[in-house]
Amino acid sequence: MALDSSSKRVFKVVGTRPPRPDGVDKVTGRALYGADVSAPGMLVGRILRSPHAHARIRAIDTTAAEALPGVKAVVTARDFARLEGDKIIDMGEDRTSLRDVRDNCLARDKALYDGHAVAAVAALTPEIARAALKLIAVDYEILPHVIDVDAAMRPEAPVVLAGRAHENVPGGMSPNVTNHCEFGHGDLEAGFAQADRIVERSFTTAATHQGYIEPHACLASVTGDGRADLWCCTQGQYNVRDICAELMGMQASQLRVTASEIGGGFGGKTVVFIEPVALLLARKSGRPVKIVMSREEVFRATGPTVSASIDVRIGMARDGRITAGEAVLRYSGGAFPCETVDMGAQAAFACYDLRAVRTLGWNVLTNRPKEAAYRAPGAPQAIYAVESVVDELCQGFGLDPLEVRLRNAARKGTKSSYGPTFEAIGLEATLEAAKAHPHYSAPLGPGQGRGLSAGFWFNFGGNTSVSLSVNTDGTVGITEGNPDIGGSRASISLMAAEELGIPYERVRATIADTSSLGHNDVTDGSRVTFAVGLATIKAARDAKQKMCARAARIWGIDEEAVLWEDGAAKPSGPNAGDFPPMTLAEIAAVSFKTGGPIAGHNEAHADGAGVSFGVHICDVEVDRETGATKVLRYTVIQDAGKAVHPDYVEGQMQGGAVQGIGWALNEEYIYGEDGRLQNAGFLDYRVPVASDLPQIDTVILEIPNPGHPYGVRGVGETPIVPPLAALSNAVSRAIGHRMTRLPMSPPRVLEAINAGR
Amino acid sequence: MVAVTLWGSLRRFTGGEGQVEVEARNFKELLDRLAETYPGLKPQIDRGVSLALDGRIYREAWFTEIGPDSEVVLMPYMTGG
Repeated sequence: MALDSSSKRVFKVVGTRPPRPDGVDKVTGRALYGADVSAPGMLVGRILRSPHAHARIRAIDTTAAEALPGVKAVVTARDFARLEGDKIIDMGEDRTSLRDVRDNCLARDKALYDGHAVAAVAALTPEIARAALKLIAVDYEILPHVIDVDAAMRPEAPVVLAGRAHENVPGGMSPNVTNHCEFGHGDLEAGFAQADRIVERSFTTAATHQGYIEPHACLASVTGDGRADLWCCTQGQYNVRDICAELMGMQASQLRVTASEIGGGFGGKTVVFIEPVALLLARKSGRPVKIVMSREEVFRATGPTVSASIDVRIGMARDGRITAGEAVLRYSGGAFPCETVDMGAQAAFACYDLRAVRTLGWNVLTNRPKEAAYRAPGAPQAIYAVESVVDELCQGFGLDPLEVRLRNAARKGTKSSYGPTFEAIGLEATLEAAKAHPHYSAPLGPGQGRGLSAGFWFNFGGNTSVSLSVNTDGTVGITEGNPDIGGSRASISLMAAEELGIPYERVRATIADTSSLGHNDVTDGSRVTFAVGLATIKAARDAKQKMCARAARIWGIDEEAVLWEDGAAKPSGPNAGDFPPMTLAEIAAVSFKTGGPIAGHNEAHADGAGVSFGVHICDVEVDRETGATKVLRYTVIQDAGKAVHPDYVEGQMQGGAVQGIGWALNEEYIYGEDGRLQNAGFLDYRVPVASDLPQIDTVILEIPNPGHPYGVRGVGETPIVPPLAALSNAVSRAIGHRMTRLPMSPPRVLEAINAGR
Repeated sequence: MVAVTLWGSLRRFTGGEGQVEVEARNFKELLDRLAETYPGLKPQIDRGVSLALDGRIYREAWFTEIGPDSEVVLMPYMTGG
C-alpha cells in the first residue's frame, strides 16, 4: 500500500481489544495522580475563599497570617504579574480572557461567587496553613447577587460585571448579557403555517458538575534563577504552561509542566484554578508548594456546566414532517463571560433536515463559578429541549418517534441547521440500528415508559505533535502530548502498530511534558483519537519511509524501488531486485551502522474531524408514591467512524450515558437565598452509582469519516447529549405528564404526578 | 468571488445580508477581506471563528484553498470538553 494511501483497508490490529496499558498501575495503586507527587522541603498551600456570593473587596490584611510561625508565604491577586493588555486564550469550553482567568484564580476587586478564591498561604503543615487562613482579614462590602439566568437578564438585576458585552449584544439589555448568536435558515412563519400542530414549551436545566473522582492537585517549584516546574492533573499541560507563564510574567520555555495520571476530566480540567496560585506561593516562599483541592472546593470553585432556560417551538404536519423549528437558549455562564451558547444554538436542531429553522442564544453572567467545559458543552441542554418537544408532537399524533426522526433525519446533502451542508454522516444508519434493536420492540410493563432521543456533536482536531522512535530491538516508542483520559495510549499504540505492521505489544505510548515535545492542544473536543491518531499514522509513515530508504541503501537500489508491507521493507517488484524482506526489527538492529537512529515525526493542525450522531433508548419505571425513577434498560447506538479499541469506545458510550442519566435525574447545584452553594459534596450532590443502573448496552456503527485515513470519528462527547431527553421522554410517558425541568428528582416527579391526579 | 454564508447575528454588521461575496483564494484572504469590508465583523474574527468548506469544518487553517464553487460558511470557533 502506498505511504499516502487513504483508501478503506482491512485492519489487522485496529479494532482489537488488547488489555489497557494503564490497567496494572491503576489497580495496584502505582499510578501517580496529581496529589501523589512530592518534593523535598515541600510546603502545603491552602486557599481562602469568599463566603459571599457577591462582594466588593475593600481591603485584604495579611499581616497577622504572615507573622504566624510556619507560614512561608501569603499571596493575593496583587502578586500576579502586571498584564500588558488582555489576550484571548483557548480554554476548552471557549476562548476566554486571560484577565478573567487571573481574576478567577484570585479575586481582584470583587468576589463574584461563593467560593471565589481571594488569598492563599503556604505553610509547613496543613494545620498552620488553615490557622493562617483564619488570620487573613478581608473587608467585604456585600453586594446583591443573582443566581438564576432569567433573573440575571432582567434590567433591574444586580450587575455581576459591567462593560463585558460583545458587540453582538443589542443595546438596552442587562449588562449581564455578554454574548448573543442566531442561526438558521428559511421562512419560519411559512413553516409554522404548514403545521397541523405546533407545540411550544419552556424548559430549564440545572448546573451540573463533571464529577471527576480526582480533585484538582498540583505541585509547583520555582528556582532562584526564575525557572519553574509544575506537576498537575490537567487535560492540557501546554495550555497550563502558556497561561501560567503569562500570569507569572515568565517565558514559556522556562516553565515545564508535567501532566499527572488523570482521574477524570470530562472538560473540567481544561482550565486552571490552583496552578498559578501554587506557582506564586512557590516563587514567594522559595520552596516547592503543593495544593490539593478538597471535594467541597471542587464543587464551590471549579466549573460546573451552564444552567439553562430554553424555549422551543416546533410545528409538525400530521404525517410527522417537521415544518419549522425555533429555539431560544439562555445559558448562565457563571461569573465571567463565555460563549457556550454558540455551540448549543448550532447543535439544537442538527439532527433534522429542516426547511425553516432558527435558534437564538444568549450567554448571561450570574454569581456562580465560571462554567467549564463538560462533554459536548452546550449541546445536551439544547437537544434535550428540542427532543422533548418532538416527542410530545409524536405522542399527540400517535406517531412512532423513531419513524418521525427517520422521516426528518439529516443526511448527506442536508443543509444543516447551523449552515454547512453535511458530508457523509451516520444519523440515518444509527436510527435504523435503533429501530432494529430488540430493545425498541420489547414490551413495557405497567407504570413504565420508553424514551428516545437522538444526539449530535461536532468534534474537532487541532494542533498536535507526535514523535515515534524505532528502538534497536524492534520495538517502538511514541511520545504524545495529550493526557490519557479515555484510552488514548491504547488507541494511539494500536494505530502505530497497524501502520507499521508490528504487534501492538511492541509499542508503548507515553505522555510528554511541555519541554519534551512540540505543542499539543488540550485533550478536548473528542479530538485525541482523531487528531493524535492522525499525527501518529503520519509519524509512522515518516518512519516507514526512512526505513525503506535504509533498506534501499543496504540492497544498493533506488529508494523508490522499495515499499513497506506487513511490517517489512520489500522490493516493489521483480525489476527492483531479488532481496528477502527486511523487517522493522532487522532494519532497526543495524540502524546505527546505516545512518543513525530512526524516528518519525508529525506536527500539524488536524481538521476534518467529522460530526457524530447517536441515538439512545431508555426504559424507566416511576414509583408513583415517591416519585423515584428507576432506569430499567438503556441502549446507546453511536457512529464511531472506526472503533480503534472497541472496549474504550463502549466505555465512552456507557460513561456518557451514565453522566447524562445523573444530569437528568438528580444532579443539581442548589443555592440558598444567600447565594451560597448548599450541596458541595457527593452526599448531597447525587451522582448515579452502579446500583442505580442497569447494564448500558452499546451498539457501535462504523460509517467511516472521510477526513481520517482509518475513518475515525471522535466518540467521547456525543454520548452525553441524548440521555437528558431520553430520560425525560421516558418519565413523561410513564407518568402521563410532560416534564420540562431537570433534574427530575423524586419531589419534582411526585409534584407532576400529583398535578395530574 | 467567494460567497460566504454568515450566521444570523452577524447580519447586523453586513447591512442585513446573510451571504456576502469577497475576493479570496484561501481562508486567510477571506477573513482579511471580510474584516476590511465589514469592520463590524472584526471583533468576532479576532475572537476566533471556524470555517466550513463544502461541509467540512476547519478551525485554524489560513491556507486552506477555496474552490470557485465551494460552499463556505463562517461559524463560531469550535470548542469542546
